[in-house]
Amino acid sequence: MIRDDIIDFIYSEARMLDEGRFTEWLALWMPDAHYWMPLGYNQADPINETSLLYEDHFMLRLRVERLNGERTFSQKPKSRCHHVIQRPFVDVFDVKAGIFQTNTAMHYIETRLDEQQLLALTAIHDLCCVDGKLRIAGKKVVLVNSDAAFGNIQLLP
Amino acid sequence: MHADEIRALVQGHQVHRDVYTSHAVYQAEMRHLFANAWIFVGHDSQTPNKGDYITTQIGDQPVIQVRHSDGNIHILHNRCPHKGTKIAIDRAGNTGKFFRCPYHAWSFKTNGCRLAIPLKKGYDGTGLENTPNYEGMAAVGAVEVYHGFVFARLAYNGISFEEFFGDSLSSIDNMVARAPEGRLKIAGPPLRYMHKCNWKMLVENQTDTCHPMVAHESSAGTAIDIFREMGEPEPRPAAMQIIAPFMSAYEFFESMGIRTWPNGHGHTGVNMSIHSDYDAIPGYYEALKQTHGERKAKAILDESRHNSVYFPNMMVKAPLQQLRNFIPLGPDKTLVESYVYRLAGAPDQLVAMSSMYNRMINAPTSIVGHDDLEMYERAQEGLQSNGLEWVNLQRLYETGEDFDVEAVENGTTERQMRNQFDAWVKFMTADMEEAA
Ligand SMILES: [Fe+2]
Repeated sequence: MIRDDIIDFIYSEARMLDEGRFTEWLALWMPDAHYWMPLGYNQADPINETSLLYEDHFMLRLRVERLNGERTFSQKPKSRCHHVIQRPFVDVFDVKAGIFQTNTAMHYIETRLDEQQLLALTAIHDLCCVDGKLRIAGKKVVLVNSDAAFGNIQLLP
Repeated sequence: MHADEIRALVQGHQVHRDVYTSHAVYQAEMRHLFANAWIFVGHDSQTPNKGDYITTQIGDQPVIQVRHSDGNIHILHNRCPHKGTKIAIDRAGNTGKFFRCPYHAWSFKTNGCRLAIPLKKGYDGTGLENTPNYEGMAAVGAVEVYHGFVFARLAYNGISFEEFFGDSLSSIDNMVARAPEGRLKIAGPPLRYMHKCNWKMLVENQTDTCHPMVAHESSAGTAIDIFREMGEPEPRPAAMQIIAPFMSAYEFFESMGIRTWPNGHGHTGVNMSIHSDYDAIPGYYEALKQTHGERKAKAILDESRHNSVYFPNMMVKAPLQQLRNFIPLGPDKTLVESYVYRLAGAPDQLVAMSSMYNRMINAPTSIVGHDDLEMYERAQEGLQSNGLEWVNLQRLYETGEDFDVEAVENGTTERQMRNQFDAWVKFMTADMEEAA
């Protein structure tokens, strides 16, 4: 495992989301991982305060399977997304323990019908290594305007 | 607009689409309905210390909720009496002993009264002291703090707080009684979700029990499918407690029951509700029993009111200590703020459950929220159609319904929506001229 493997992983995750390969994306996640998007800009507690997202594997799977549902009216027509990401910082690189953490600045665009919104954010990934493959052990997405009023955000940065 | 024009828009079993789409109607709502009715402003735990304030809106009116030096809460118009500059624009803060306008440094006590005007001799002999601008920041017509919930009436004269809300206050009572120490405390900032639809669509949806199994099939139905495929593991995933009950059958929602109170208030979940089947939280019942005794503690928790609408634009979910404020920003624009409160003296797991419900259901990132907003926005666009001008509210309608008396009915009735429009006409026209 070298640093470039970690960085490549972050890029390929973004590409999966942009290409709508959500089932493949879901398989990247560890079963006990959480996807956290705080509501407060400096929010420390994901449990006892409201977040935008704090999703376990069941919720992430529900989100992905719902996207393809026959009666998912808010996805008829479907949304599309697009990530532009900066080269990730590898903040933790512990090959021995199999623990890695990255910090990645992104511009995330989501579009549906005639609407398009831009979100600027920092994504912090906790990664681990299972059978020689990198997996997501946790992901925290800090929107630079997390406390702003939003319309629907239907896909995931 | 005049009173006869407003009355012509509401026919009991149907309403004219102008109530959702017309700019003139919206402006009349801001001038009349939101002035004559009692409107939710905030919670006193948002401004616990002297000088603490929050900024918000009552209808389209910018206001400040502030804790004055005597400990009382005041609601002031957020406008400098000099040139109109907003005195505060951050959502929350502490102003110390006084407000100071950032434009020309006119300053005001935290009850709004004028404190000082710089270079005052420039006004000598000008008659400034004879204008209302000289008094300071204007206060709203009336303020009431009920179990920590702050309400205001913009109009100086009008219906009293007690008469306006009547027995509907029992839902707030129940929410507060759930706290072993008898009070609530705000738990973090609210979710803020922008809706491109009329504010009344959201309020009506709070007691619309015929939409969950249809509009939310994509969320709740899919959750149940996944759970079955997993072999129904125990303990069940959190989403199965919170989202899955939306798929309950029509019969379930029918037997939940709906209660309406005079002046547009009402609630779903008279007998039980989709919140009845939550896992018990260790230690909570024991704490509540300490406060109230066994019988009363049980009675408090047996009450499982789903959504209690406080007309015109607020909703309380007592079993989950949640409040949703539907703030109108235009005929086709509404900001929904969804708050969670902590029950003083209760285990942390309660506020964790409420926070989870809030993000799963009320967030701009929530799949359940997506289901709903899609319907509102389609309705807002569909109502532009001239194919039909009237919107139907006829489910379980009876001619000659009397909304001045409390009623309990089948949980799928649209009576509460009709009740809201009955009150809408009443408080729109209370101070209107009859005809042109
Ligand atoms: Fe809904």
